[in-house]
Amino acid sequence: MKTDVGVNAEYNPVYQKKKKWNKIVPYLFISPWIIGFIVFTLGPLLFSFIISFFDWPIVGEKKFIGLTNYITMFTDDPLFWSSLWITLKFALFFVPLNIILALLLAMLLNQKVKGSSWFRTFFYVPSVISGVALAMIWGTVYDGEYGILNYLLSLIGIEGPNWLNDTSWALVAMVIASLWGQGTMMLIFLSGLKNIPQDLYEAAEIDGAGKIYKFFKITVPLLTPTILFNLIMTIIGAFQTLTLALVLTGGGPLQSTYFYAMYVYENAFKYFKMGYSSANAWVMFIIILSLTMLVFKSSSVWVYYENEVKNDK
Amino acid sequence: MQKGLHKFFVYTLLILLSMLFLAPFIWMVTTALKAPDELYQYPPKLLPSTWHFENFLNAWNSQPFNLYLVNSLIVTVLTTIGQIISSTLVAYGFARFKFKGRDFLFIILLATMMIPWDVTMIPQYMAFNMFGWINSLKALIIPSWFGSAFYIFLLRQFIMSIPKELDEAARMDGANVFQIYYKIYLPLVWPVIVLIAVFNILGTWNDYLGPLIFLNDQSKYTLTLGLAQFKGVHDVDTNGIMAVTFLISIVPLILFFLAQKKIVEGVQSTSLK
Repeated sequence: MKTDVGVNAEYNPVYQKKKKWNKIVPYLFISPWIIGFIVFTLGPLLFSFIISFFDWPIVGEKKFIGLTNYITMFTDDPLFWSSLWITLKFALFFVPLNIILALLLAMLLNQKVKGSSWFRTFFYVPSVISGVALAMIWGTVYDGEYGILNYLLSLIGIEGPNWLNDTSWALVAMVIASLWGQGTMMLIFLSGLKNIPQDLYEAAEIDGAGKIYKFFKITVPLLTPTILFNLIMTIIGAFQTLTLALVLTGGGPLQSTYFYAMYVYENAFKYFKMGYSSANAWVMFIIILSLTMLVFKSSSVWVYYENEVKNDK
Repeated sequence: MQKGLHKFFVYTLLILLSMLFLAPFIWMVTTALKAPDELYQYPPKLLPSTWHFENFLNAWNSQPFNLYLVNSLIVTVLTTIGQIISSTLVAYGFARFKFKGRDFLFIILLATMMIPWDVTMIPQYMAFNMFGWINSLKALIIPSWFGSAFYIFLLRQFIMSIPKELDEAARMDGANVFQIYYKIYLPLVWPVIVLIAVFNILGTWNDYLGPLIFLNDQSKYTLTLGLAQFKGVHDVDTNGIMAVTFLISIVPLILFFLAQKKIVEGVQSTSLK
């Protein structure tokens, strides 16, 4: 960069100006993000934190009320606890099932089979349509009387429930519909599997290792970083499930699918309690953050990194 | 022999699971094509006895879906252009310059991907209300002109892998940084630009919560919002709902089949963080 200036560059006003300019240029390039970050992320984040200590209706007088929003939520709002519990229940089923299904599909695709790219397409394609479309499709599949699902179940002698109108089955229906959109996890597992060096398997085979041994001693340990990534993404996703509930069940029947995200959404955009819903949202943020931290902390126990495994050998 | 058995087992599972994954789509299409009275038959017929293609047209015309289509197209095209311009500029800035606070800012950029949307959507709504963007497509379009953390991240990784000698040479020839950006780097990062365009088209076209929160007037609705509202009005018109569901899924489905390889690679690269 100094090639175009002479010996007395430091005393050359043109060079001085250029130096200053060169310092500004990088910031010019990243300025769109900086402005966007301040206006659309940082600003809103701070603002929502502040108004969570206010009674803040969208029109009308705003009043500072200290911790009242948080206290009300925990002590005087049964919907807070029930929606949180429903979300936890959903996550408890959805997260492990999602991981297991995605891993199973990825492992099947990783076998050297003909047409595996076709199968990959079939398993991934539900992930490219809109959540609204997905909810609409499952709405007709689940129909208690004329839906295809209960008809298929009746063929094998099972009388299916009235899925979306039954308080004990609606949440299960949500889990199944969500599992249909697992494609992204499957692709990530597939690339994780492809990254496992083949010579490890070959070496194990020479030692006479069986399939089960190879799965638990090579595949699973080497896949744990991928499992960690998918686990965190699935947990974050599970806590934010909203579209499906809004479109498929509207939170019903009898609020049996009234997720926490829906609780936040309705407090904000149905009842326009902006302060209270901000407090709701912050509690959710903290729950997601702590769960993520917890998973990260636990990862030192169960996640292997490649060099570690190599040292073991 | 054992190998053959294993193959047989794998294929059987793959085919069974494929049928499970495809069945809802098939059900969607056949339901859309049935005559209304065939919907309420038991046992349900898998295939319609006569194919009512006019269901698609009737459902589409029963609501201003043409208008929703225009709105969806406007939002999708303008956000995609905005994302490409802003994200490439920012990624280039992060990848090719040394400046004070760069690494710190980049960590913040990565951290923003972890913030649940629910936390920012409430004050965002209030801010957009103040700017006069509520009930306007602006609320959906303008934020995308300031870059998205995920796209910036993908682009930056790619730019870092390009040898620096290239811009040294261009600089010798007297090109300034902006010329180097659009004459040398933009063509080189083209594969990643296509990828983020695909991601952004899918994400915007399919988005429901953004339009739901920011738009009130039916004349501003996008397709997903229109479909949800259609169900609210014609709850028993299962034909129509499935027909419109199929029609609005055509764009993402075609895009997926065209760009499948790209999408698969793109999704897989996200885990390499």
